[in-house]
Amino acid sequence: MSLDSATVRRIAKLARIRVDDAEVGVLQTELNAILGYVDQLNEVNVDGVAPLSGGAQMAMRLREDTVTDGEQAENILANAPDRVGPFFAVPKVVE
Amino acid sequence: MSLLNLTIAEAARALGAKKFSAVELTAAHNAAIAALNPRLNAYITVTPELALAQAKAADARIAAGSAGPLTGIPLAIKDLFCTAGVRTTAASKILEPFVPPYESTVTRQLLEAGTVCLGKANLDEFAMGSSNITSGYGPVENPWKRNGSEARLVPGGSSGGSAAAVAARLAMGATGTDTGGSIRQPAAFTGLAGIKPTYGRCSRYGIVAFASSLDQAGPMARSVEDCAILLGAMSGFDAHDSTSAARAVPDFGAAIARGVKGLRIGIPAEYRMDGMSAEIAALWERGVAWLREQGAEIVDISLPHTKYGLAVYYIVAPAEASSNLARYDGVRFGARVDGEDLIDMYERTRAAGFGPEVKRRIMIGTYVLSHGYYDAYYLKAQKVRNLILRDFNNAFEKVDAILTPTAPSAAFGLGEKMDDPVTMYLNDVFTVPASLAGVPAMSIPAGLNAEGLPLGLQVIGKHFDEETVFAVSAALERAAGFTAMPSVRAE
Amino acid sequence: MAYSLEGKTGTWEIVCGLEIHAQVISESKLFSGASATYGGAPNAHVSFVDAGFPGMLPVINRECVAQAVRTGLGLKAQINLVSRFDRKNYFYADLPNGYQISQFEQPIVGTGDVEIELQDGTIKHIGITRLHLEQDAGKSMHDQHVSKSVIDLNRAGVALMEIVSEPDIRSPEEAGAYLRKIRQILRYLGTCDGNMEEGSMRADVNVSVRKPGEAFRTRCEIKNVNSVRFVMHAVEAEALRQIEVWESGGEVRQETRLYDPARGETRSMRSKEDAHDYRYFPEPDLLPLVLEEAFVAGLKAELPELPDEKRRRFCEEYGIPFYDAGVLVAEQATADFYESVAKGRDARLAANWISGDFFAAMNRTGRSIENPPVSGAALGELIDLIADKTINGRIAKDVFEEMVESGKPPGAIVEEKGLRQVTDTGAIEAAVAQVLAANPDKVAEYKAGKDKLFGFFVGQVMKAMQGKGNPALVNEEVKKQLG
Repeated sequence: MSLDSATVRRIAKLARIRVDDAEVGVLQTELNAILGYVDQLNEVNVDGVAPLSGGAQMAMRLREDTVTDGEQAENILANAPDRVGPFFAVPKVVE
Repeated sequence: MSLLNLTIAEAARALGAKKFSAVELTAAHNAAIAALNPRLNAYITVTPELALAQAKAADARIAAGSAGPLTGIPLAIKDLFCTAGVRTTAASKILEPFVPPYESTVTRQLLEAGTVCLGKANLDEFAMGSSNITSGYGPVENPWKRNGSEARLVPGGSSGGSAAAVAARLAMGATGTDTGGSIRQPAAFTGLAGIKPTYGRCSRYGIVAFASSLDQAGPMARSVEDCAILLGAMSGFDAHDSTSAARAVPDFGAAIARGVKGLRIGIPAEYRMDGMSAEIAALWERGVAWLREQGAEIVDISLPHTKYGLAVYYIVAPAEASSNLARYDGVRFGARVDGEDLIDMYERTRAAGFGPEVKRRIMIGTYVLSHGYYDAYYLKAQKVRNLILRDFNNAFEKVDAILTPTAPSAAFGLGEKMDDPVTMYLNDVFTVPASLAGVPAMSIPAGLNAEGLPLGLQVIGKHFDEETVFAVSAALERAAGFTAMPSVRAE
Repeated sequence: MAYSLEGKTGTWEIVCGLEIHAQVISESKLFSGASATYGGAPNAHVSFVDAGFPGMLPVINRECVAQAVRTGLGLKAQINLVSRFDRKNYFYADLPNGYQISQFEQPIVGTGDVEIELQDGTIKHIGITRLHLEQDAGKSMHDQHVSKSVIDLNRAGVALMEIVSEPDIRSPEEAGAYLRKIRQILRYLGTCDGNMEEGSMRADVNVSVRKPGEAFRTRCEIKNVNSVRFVMHAVEAEALRQIEVWESGGEVRQETRLYDPARGETRSMRSKEDAHDYRYFPEPDLLPLVLEEAFVAGLKAELPELPDEKRRRFCEEYGIPFYDAGVLVAEQATADFYESVAKGRDARLAANWISGDFFAAMNRTGRSIENPPVSGAALGELIDLIADKTINGRIAKDVFEEMVESGKPPGAIVEEKGLRQVTDTGAIEAAVAQVLAANPDKVAEYKAGKDKLFGFFVGQVMKAMQGKGNPALVNEEVKKQLG
């Protein structure tokens, strides 16, 4: 499978990364090289093999339902690039 | 006496014997950093005052008789670990202004053990790279030089700043993280020991995530014993990390002295790749001989899916990364570039904040998860990952540990291997399979190549059997007698 | 008779399914220790995990898991002992991580069944496809600043259950009944407060139309409808819109729409620049959720009696009509109130009192079952006074009103006002004789065959006795004296 420039643009859009025309060409070449490399997985027979999604093979631990965190709005907001009072602020969203 | 050439174990004994103070030890390292860091760029942020304050507290603890083996030991902390009140960048411009209000579990445990934080070590941006050239804060120079050459070499990556700092005596040890070889490969490139423990051994809480199912913290130091001491303090169960293992931390240091008599060491046929350099092949042979001489039984084994490890890795890691890095959107922390509307702001922020390698991996990761391609790429990769795990499980029915080279070459020059991303990715070919399987693996310096650059051997163990990894690594260390030092170093 | 809509080209049938998002009742959030309580100062109920800070990791809340299992059991659904969490990736200002942790391929609860009752008494079954756990998002507000939207993350990370129905719903009424029933079950279980005004329950409504017997046609999804009434209106408005599209030769496009209650119509959401591609994949920060059979069995054993069972039991145990039982079990608190009154008394009388005068007084005074106009004990006492013939039913109504008014116990009111009913046959004989004597013409008419006048005589006697005569004895005496 190989990527055309329209797909590169679509993926960049999904990933919310602005790319200019020159970058699209470079990315297309590089991404196709990577995809070309990983295509070797097509050789492997995986019939009946379960996917392995995690690094750890155990069941999940469950936490007790108690309030142990929060009440630190200033810490939460301290790194915000923009804020309005006790809120984070972003360019106006029109819904 | 130079305070800079000691191992951690030696320094701890000297501190205990009051031969020098923790403040003196830290001051010596602060001075070394001031002298050499402008050239090596091993640290992104240095914290000399904080270090001295911590050293002072360590001296008080030593005086009070409540010191541990790491009290007063100055370390470099990879700038991927969040440190409360100390800027944490992940070597990315997008986190340039970020000061975490919290401490990672691993660094918190190290602080509790009394260590001193000298500063935040450089790395590949978001730990994505094998050379440290993708850092948003400039590349790190490897303190090692080829014989008779002043050419700048890379320290490996992603924990290249940690590696360069420890090798050049700008820290006694360092924390690293390893996703596909990011501790082991730079350790090999700089003549250090470094271990990636079992997935789940060290908490990931507070470590900036690259690929969640692969990321593991681990130590880098100038001896196997130092790594054992550091790992003991770094590891342990953490309720804040759902993937953290609820297991007791063994006495890794005690395993150092076990020896390898009677151990079965596997030599995987598939790691003898086409075009492996004669030097690397010879080093490997030497390692086999050392272990045999010390009483180990050498067993030929097969890890048939090894060759697919890199392909699996370059699907799984970018996929997870593309999602993990979605939070860098200019809203709650980090850098922002204003835009006409929300989407425009996101796109400009991320375009300006991420470097080319990070963008590439986010793009690949987004693509392999996207509608219509998930099964062909991501699901397929997860299935092959399971086959790689099975390979290891099968092998470990026959052997106690596996010996391989760490990397296919010695450190290369800045600007080499940069023609295309795939060539660079091949650096990780020997380290990635253990990451995919989640098993512990350690690199130890085993010799120099003809150009005078260090080469590493890798010992891979069973899940949660770091003790055997340390035992085998220590045996190799004893046999190798590696005493070479980089030409650029503080004295 | 099945519901249908008449178009120009004939009869149309609605096909509808609901995705209900219900906020789980818990102390803390699904994956963090911050408070899950509604309200709070902006960004106060927020941990670094909820705000998606670097290096933060989710750890799942046992109670949220238990609540999902309880709900699954209440919906008579399959509990999946192994389930898994996935990431749903998309960018939005109030989604801190850039992904929502949800369950995509392996939800915690599988297929189930819910019984609904329609106005005409018909019982219908609606299939449950699945229930899964996921995180709520934060809140964006667009009216707080002239050029900016502002974000409060207090809700970010609160546990939600998404309950997905089969496309079994065939009318606006069924949609409403289904939503009400789910709400009722969740409130009984204590797994969601069902407060639709505060947004703790909301529904995405999937609607399509078809000619009877056809396969499904294209559906549209109406997002975030937040009341039963709006759901019913939205289903109808959307169905009518689709019929018009089909009948005018057009084609219904699969899309997401919004219901506008002011206009009573649905409209297309501003089409996004790029189609959604959520790139679901297994959440690598979490492990598979594996439940012990004993854990599920323990929850099952502690499950409260649910409305359907309670209603059937009320019919059997208390001998009340099915309809009345339905009214009494609508809310758990009402059912408990009823039982506290009915136990050991005339249960049918108790049912009549509660669904009659008691509800009327509650509505009139603006009070609730938790803060009733008359306590259960006092109402029981009043019914006891009727049963032991201290007062008759007619007087009881006055006493009840006085109880509402003054809060005094019924016994005291009866004594104070001398309302004990008269059972002295002598007094009744005298009163009846007096009334008959005063109305000789009416007596003649009665005897000539005008039976209806019997009630008139009884009424006159009761009036003469200020309502306190024992009705049975009065009847008997009137009959006797009229011969």
